[in-house]
Amino acid sequence: MISITDYLVLGAILFCISVAGIFLNRKNVIILLMSIEVMLLAVNMNFVAFSHYLGDISGQVFVFFILTVAAAESAIGLAILVVLFRNRRTINVEELDTLKG
Amino acid sequence: MMQTSFQMPDLTPAIPEIFLLTMTCIILLIVPYLSDKNRVLTYLLSLGSLAATAALTVAVHTSETVYTFSGSFVSDTMGDVLKVFVYLVTAVVFIYSRKYLLDRNIFKGEFYVLGLFAVLGMMVMISAHSLLTMYLGLELLSLSLYALVAFQRDSKDATEAAMKYFVLGALASGMLLYGMSLLYGVTGTLDIGGVQTVAAGLEDSKKLVMGLGLVFVIVGMAFKLGAVPFHMWIPDVYHGAPTAVTLFIGTAPKIAAFAMVMRLLVEGLGDMHDQWQDILIIMAVLSMAIGNVIAIAQTNIKRMLAYSTISHVGFLLLGILAGTQAGYSSSMFYVIVYALMSMGGFGMIILMSRAGFEADKISDFKGLNERSPWFAFMMLIIMLSMAGVPPTVGFYAKLAVLQSVIGVGLTWLAIVAVVFSVIGMFYYLRVIKYMYFDKADDTTPIESPTDMKLVMSANGLGILFLGIAPGSLLAMCAAAFS
Repeated sequence: MISITDYLVLGAILFCISVAGIFLNRKNVIILLMSIEVMLLAVNMNFVAFSHYLGDISGQVFVFFILTVAAAESAIGLAILVVLFRNRRTINVEELDTLKG
Repeated sequence: MMQTSFQMPDLTPAIPEIFLLTMTCIILLIVPYLSDKNRVLTYLLSLGSLAATAALTVAVHTSETVYTFSGSFVSDTMGDVLKVFVYLVTAVVFIYSRKYLLDRNIFKGEFYVLGLFAVLGMMVMISAHSLLTMYLGLELLSLSLYALVAFQRDSKDATEAAMKYFVLGALASGMLLYGMSLLYGVTGTLDIGGVQTVAAGLEDSKKLVMGLGLVFVIVGMAFKLGAVPFHMWIPDVYHGAPTAVTLFIGTAPKIAAFAMVMRLLVEGLGDMHDQWQDILIIMAVLSMAIGNVIAIAQTNIKRMLAYSTISHVGFLLLGILAGTQAGYSSSMFYVIVYALMSMGGFGMIILMSRAGFEADKISDFKGLNERSPWFAFMMLIIMLSMAGVPPTVGFYAKLAVLQSVIGVGLTWLAIVAVVFSVIGMFYYLRVIKYMYFDKADDTTPIESPTDMKLVMSANGLGILFLGIAPGSLLAMCAAAFS
């Protein structure tokens, strides 16, 4: 029997990996988008686990909404990425530094 | 036994949302068939839809709190007042930005459709009474704003700002969601009222998880509000986005973010006030300090106003953290006043801009008094109001939040707030000095359409008028929390 703690630990690990991915990554914007997806999946893991152990369906309904929003979010993210690449010919995170002050 | 009967929810409280959604979809369908010559029709339709939605909101308003959709949607006085100001601010944003968009060849239907979807998202956020509705409203708002920032596709700055906004905004949503999942796990319900009821009688081990969820939710909200230490996106996005979009991002979404804080923290987690008060105190002090001090070093006025936003968010948090009815209503007053002031501030930048020239340096305001004494006077009112000088309304807004903080015995916090707003006075006065005591580098006459000039004057005079007679707006905010 897998206990709820195991699921929560897995969710927490995935969440930490994704946050680390966003802050440590200095090379590629696509990796940022992937990290964001992992973060939302970590949340989904939490919701499904809680929903199962509580015997309450609304957590799983929430997951469906998160999946849908995540799809829309990556569509917009990739669209911005394409525009960015057209303008700058690079998707290196370190070169996104013209705005400062 | 499963419940098989389906009960139709009461749709009346959600009529404004349903109407705006329908209108936005209609506008979306019309946009592709319009030639450039008739493009102005989108603009007029959008303004008309906003006006009609406002009329509907007033018409369905009742002084009682009404829940519908199984308690996931709420309509109350606070929500309705905030919604009306969201429509007002958005309509003014549309009016201000028309010429700016025309000059830059981005006067397109998408701007208005995205703007209206963002308004719908804000309405859902303001009326949300379950974690799910709150999330969906927030995402509808954020996704529209990401697209709006990247709207000027050939601008390098705008696309870079859009990417930064997108990544940090998505990170914030992720944090908020993680917090929500923990709250759901502990309380077993998504309903905000349910979270409140269950949270009251929890055993200690669950309180710990609840506290963790609370921290994540606060981090997510602080990102959206732009409170230090989660403010990094604000200066870059305000600076990089086209001024018309900065104007939008800097005004109406703040009202919705305030509603989100009220719903989640005060209505949902009000019992944990002792815990979140400390977190908000730290964020408020840091926001006021960093916002006001770094703004002094700026040469770009959009960036300066971005840091000024951060310091205003610090003030806004003061009223909320007081945790009293007076505190909440003073914060509500503050956020509405802030939206009006920042609308005027960014509106002035648009007014000074023309095709091929962005008036986004503070030095572009040099000698404005010689070029246009009337608009120099409007900018004077706006800057004094932001600094909190009587008789402008910014003074009453600051006074009200400070009173509520002193009312709960946090006098030291009020002193800190006053010290930082005195420091902040410097950069507002610098703009005034440039306008009145320096020679103009650029003597091109200021040209803008009459409607924009009229609304701009109304905006400036409104700030002055509300400062002389703040009673009605104060009463409206007080009525929302009684």
